[in-house]
Amino acid sequence: MLAAVAAASYNGDPVFAKGITLGVWIIELVKLVAVFAIIMVGVLFMVMYERKAVAYLGNRWGPNRAGPKGWLQSLADGLKLFFKEALVPEGADRWVYRAAPVIAMVPVMVSFSVIPIGDTVTVAGYTTRLQLADPPWGILVMLMASSISVYGVMLAGWASGSKYPLIGAVRASAQMISYEAALGLTVATVVVLTGSLHTSAIVAAQHGGVLYHWNVFRAYGLPAAIFFVAITAEMTRPPFDLVEAEEELAGGYNMEYSSIGFALFYLAEYAALVTNSAFFVTLFLGGPDGPYWHTIGPLWFVIKVLAVLYVYVWIRATLPRLRYDQLMDLGWKKLIPASLAMLLIVAAGHISWRWGLAALSGSLFAFILLSRAIEVGRTQVEEGAQAELESP
Amino acid sequence: MSSFFDSRFVSFFKGFLVTGKQPAKPKVTIQYPEEKRPKPERFHGRHVLNRYEDGMEKCIGCELCAGVCPAKCIYVRGADNPPDAPVSPGERYGFVYEINFLRCIHCDMCVEACPTEAITESKLFEWSFTNRDDAIYTKAELVVDDSGSPQQLPWEDWKPGDDANTSAWVRATSPSGRGDLEGKVLWSGELGYGVRPPQAGQSDPEAADVTADFDISVREVEAAELRGVGVSTVRPVRRAEGPR
Repeated sequence: MLAAVAAASYNGDPVFAKGITLGVWIIELVKLVAVFAIIMVGVLFMVMYERKAVAYLGNRWGPNRAGPKGWLQSLADGLKLFFKEALVPEGADRWVYRAAPVIAMVPVMVSFSVIPIGDTVTVAGYTTRLQLADPPWGILVMLMASSISVYGVMLAGWASGSKYPLIGAVRASAQMISYEAALGLTVATVVVLTGSLHTSAIVAAQHGGVLYHWNVFRAYGLPAAIFFVAITAEMTRPPFDLVEAEEELAGGYNMEYSSIGFALFYLAEYAALVTNSAFFVTLFLGGPDGPYWHTIGPLWFVIKVLAVLYVYVWIRATLPRLRYDQLMDLGWKKLIPASLAMLLIVAAGHISWRWGLAALSGSLFAFILLSRAIEVGRTQVEEGAQAELESP
Repeated sequence: MSSFFDSRFVSFFKGFLVTGKQPAKPKVTIQYPEEKRPKPERFHGRHVLNRYEDGMEKCIGCELCAGVCPAKCIYVRGADNPPDAPVSPGERYGFVYEINFLRCIHCDMCVEACPTEAITESKLFEWSFTNRDDAIYTKAELVVDDSGSPQQLPWEDWKPGDDANTSAWVRATSPSGRGDLEGKVLWSGELGYGVRPPQAGQSDPEAADVTADFDISVREVEAAELRGVGVSTVRPVRRAEGPR
């Protein structure tokens, strides 16, 4: 509770307290370059990490030829892509076609800037946070980024002037919009717990104690699971990768792209993976706060992000792809009501346990009503279809 | 309680356990250029033209291989043997013999068609040429050398065992499945090998393994050991120790 109160009276990065001097400019520039480098290196690492991990989960070695133990493989792939010819299809809308990969890439880059990698550091008299920006709207940048990245996918599919990318893009946008509601509601749950939109405040509120301070426990677990599933669907990662279902769409929205355009989409996809894992760690796993040895903040952050990334790869290695109706069912009929109920329960439980119990029982009642309604609706549809079949 | 552990919710996470255990298990990947699987006994690789024990060529220029070839990659022209210096024991010999390996599909039908077991296939498949002339193998390159083993050309990557048992001898077990041919020598003698012992047919698999006196492949040795057939008592004659 105290942490939440402290977070509510919270004002941004302390580096701006003494006005904007040359030193502040330099610090911000260094942080900007550092964040850019972290994303780029993170993507290169993640591509390799995923290929290695998915190979080990499938009883194989994975790439092991380029560089020491094959760790330069993703660099080699990237170099190869950049030296290829950038083709623009004849039926394509040239400018939109060229802009789409950038539109997909930029929001992901921007959203990483609000992630707190560690606590404050003091360099040459300037005290600053280990995060590029700490705006008052903080976590909303993440929701903004995931919303705008739909445009990159949608425009790419439309501008390609070919039908399979278009179908892939329509699927992608429908899927992303469906899961955005659940995503927003779970983020709202965390914001209710913290009382602030500052990402650094969200992290600060989870600091201290042993584990139970983390939002994954404070929010009773379920919102974290919903958030995880929702960002998986948002990034169109397996098992929600209907957008690039090879069997049906021959590659999805980025099918017509080659060279740099394709590389940027690939980069955006993996940058989103790294960034969203970092957001999951920030929102639910305490960010740079460790269960013990609290001083080595950034290291804890990296360890946690790696663990979350491994779970993503594990999921990819295990689960088969969902059908489209299952995808929509999960999004609309399960995740959105569940996240709404959890928002109510967490908010009420934040006031007192009596209100929390009332919200829980109310949610259970609503759950029973909703499942009954879904069942009635389904039987009616089935009966209608049966009657249609039997009628001559 | 058991119904809970069999429920869909729990089964969902059991699936993760299946993949999660894999990293601890040995890998199935074979690191190809350094590490290779044993090749099957009847592997279809690069062709060779065999010779008799006395050095005569087996090819009689009948063009049956060229006729049966589905890829039309074999070109043969026969010619009458010069009486003073015959190339093959019969009336005619293969004057020109060319195989275009850009077209060959290694179906082994030429080997089956050949009436004198002149053309057979080795186990070599790792070879690459950088121009089309090298792809067309002429008689000079296909005929076995004086020790009876295939010629090893500069662009071919021969590995130990690739040239073992290239003759028709290992390919024919009881032709047409006729039992009365089992245990009879049905092939002619070969340069570097001599007359091979008869191979048993397929009616008695245990006898097939013990009477065959050749380089038994890894798989067959394992199978024989599994069945308890004494492979070690009848140790196959290695090629290096054989009549050269």
